Amino acid sequence: MMIATGAAGAVGVASLVWPFVSSMAPDAVTIAAGAPVDVDLGPIAEGAIVKVFWRGKLIFVRNRTKKEIEDAETVNLASLPDPQPDSARVKQGKANWLIVYGNCTHLGCVPLGHEGPYEGWFCPCHGSIYDTSGRVRGGPAPANLPVPPYTFVSDAKIRIGEETKTPAAKTEAT
Amino acid sequence: MSQHATTYVPKSAFAKWFESRLPIAGLVHSSFVAFPVPRNLTYFWTFGAILIFMLGEQIVSGVWLAMHYIPQATMAFDSVESIMRDVNYGWLLRYLHANGASMFFIAVYIHIFRGLYYGSYKAPREILWLLGVIIFLLMMATAFMGYVLPWGQMSFWGATVITNLFSAIPLVGDTVVSLLWGGYSVGNPTLNRFFALHYLLPFMIAGVVVLHVWALHVVGQNNPTGVPIKSAQDSMPFTPYATIKDVFATIVFVMFFAWWVFFVPNYLGHADNYVPANPAVTPAHIVPEWYFLPFYAILRAIPDKLGGVVAMVGAIVMLALVPWLDTSRIRSSNYRPMYRQFFWVFCIVCVLLGWLGAKPPEGGYVIASRVCTAWYFIHFLVILPVIGLFETPKPLPSSIIETVLGRKGGSGIPIGATAEPSTKG
Repeated sequence: MMIATGAAGAVGVASLVWPFVSSMAPDAVTIAAGAPVDVDLGPIAEGAIVKVFWRGKLIFVRNRTKKEIEDAETVNLASLPDPQPDSARVKQGKANWLIVYGNCTHLGCVPLGHEGPYEGWFCPCHGSIYDTSGRVRGGPAPANLPVPPYTFVSDAKIRIGEETKTPAAKTEAT
Repeated sequence: MSQHATTYVPKSAFAKWFESRLPIAGLVHSSFVAFPVPRNLTYFWTFGAILIFMLGEQIVSGVWLAMHYIPQATMAFDSVESIMRDVNYGWLLRYLHANGASMFFIAVYIHIFRGLYYGSYKAPREILWLLGVIIFLLMMATAFMGYVLPWGQMSFWGATVITNLFSAIPLVGDTVVSLLWGGYSVGNPTLNRFFALHYLLPFMIAGVVVLHVWALHVVGQNNPTGVPIKSAQDSMPFTPYATIKDVFATIVFVMFFAWWVFFVPNYLGHADNYVPANPAVTPAHIVPEWYFLPFYAILRAIPDKLGGVVAMVGAIVMLALVPWLDTSRIRSSNYRPMYRQFFWVFCIVCVLLGWLGAKPPEGGYVIASRVCTAWYFIHFLVILPVIGLFETPKPLPSSIIETVLGRKGGSGIPIGATAEPSTKG
């Protein structure tokens, strides 16, 4: 009787922990609000960085200049804290468009564009440095600014939140 | 509460009837009236009472603020401004609550450092000390979540930075952060749950405070000599001596508190928090409230995300380990000539860390932060265990009463005549 009571109590508590914890996760409305968003690239001038939101998260859309692309491509990958070639971070044939999450991978502040030694981004909170490919180059941040899922619906429009059919955006043309 | 048998004798028929059903008057009498207090306590021993007062003050002002505050992302900032402008004396409630948090931390830091100096964590007071560390942690969580509620720029980015600390946890970090946020970033669900928890935690603190006081009354108070009470002469009854002294000290502290509230109510805050939260722009210079600055400096001193978080948490874990890191059997630093020097060095390092935490993370500030962070841990992990093995302590007084009479220069005073020295600081 004591064992049965104890066991029933333990099972009861354990089965209630899950709903309580799960209720703290993003709710249905929050998830539904994560539908893909379209961004018109037309008005974004060369060199400009535009901020958009998807799922409440900040995303940078950067129209990179020739020099910025060159800087990003001609880097000794072995010297990077989180090695990733620039070509893996943009869609093929669209190297001028860099789309990355806008929160520092250290503690989530918004890095300032066109600042820092690589003129990519510089985080004012704890001094993380990113290059023109959004890759971490210094400071406490552990990883590059991640690339969100997105696809080109036309030459002048992207849809954030929807990945190109062939998910390996790194090599496939859009 | 205490082990001491109560000396309370109910007088009226009602008191007798009540006491035989719920012996609360006897409990209060033995804990706060007849309870023996070392007769050599200084004003450093009044901060426990001050802290209990501050907890009460924060709960009362907080409950009143909650009657007007709206925990909703689009309305929170405006509701706080409405409290400031429209609610009768709303400005007073809010300034009391905001500055009260700072006063609470001033008092708790004095209380903690008093404990460190006089060895109040040593046997038999380890559990008492650990309960204190738990209260400190709960206070930090409460203060952090309270600072998020006005939903200004510092609120929002403070919440972002602190919740992101959890993303440093290997494997489950991102899941944990998403559970904290209730979304994909800090947003309305985060604000709503922080409000619920900010309301809950102070009552949890109150619960642990009861345990803290209970533990204190089992083992008795430490005192500036660290020598325990040995005879009735060493102690005085809690009431009226400690009672009136605690009340007096609390009133002086409240005057200090009032000065902040009425003359410089925003000095300890940040102007950026009067700008509504904007998830697209981080303030150029983001710093936490002053009472978190030393820990923030430690976080930034380590050039690695996980390492920084581990060091920051470790800084508090050190406090919890102090009873077992200190190898000296002498409690009071008054009788530990070497440790005493290191104690003050440690105090200076903590203040320096606080100052560095408010500076931008560049150049010499980073180097200084690293040196101070290293010393912080060296103090606990090297100095504290090692010095106790080498140090020759000064001779301890044989009893508390000896130090009291010795200092007064008279040895022939009858015991009854020394019952009045509650005025010494």
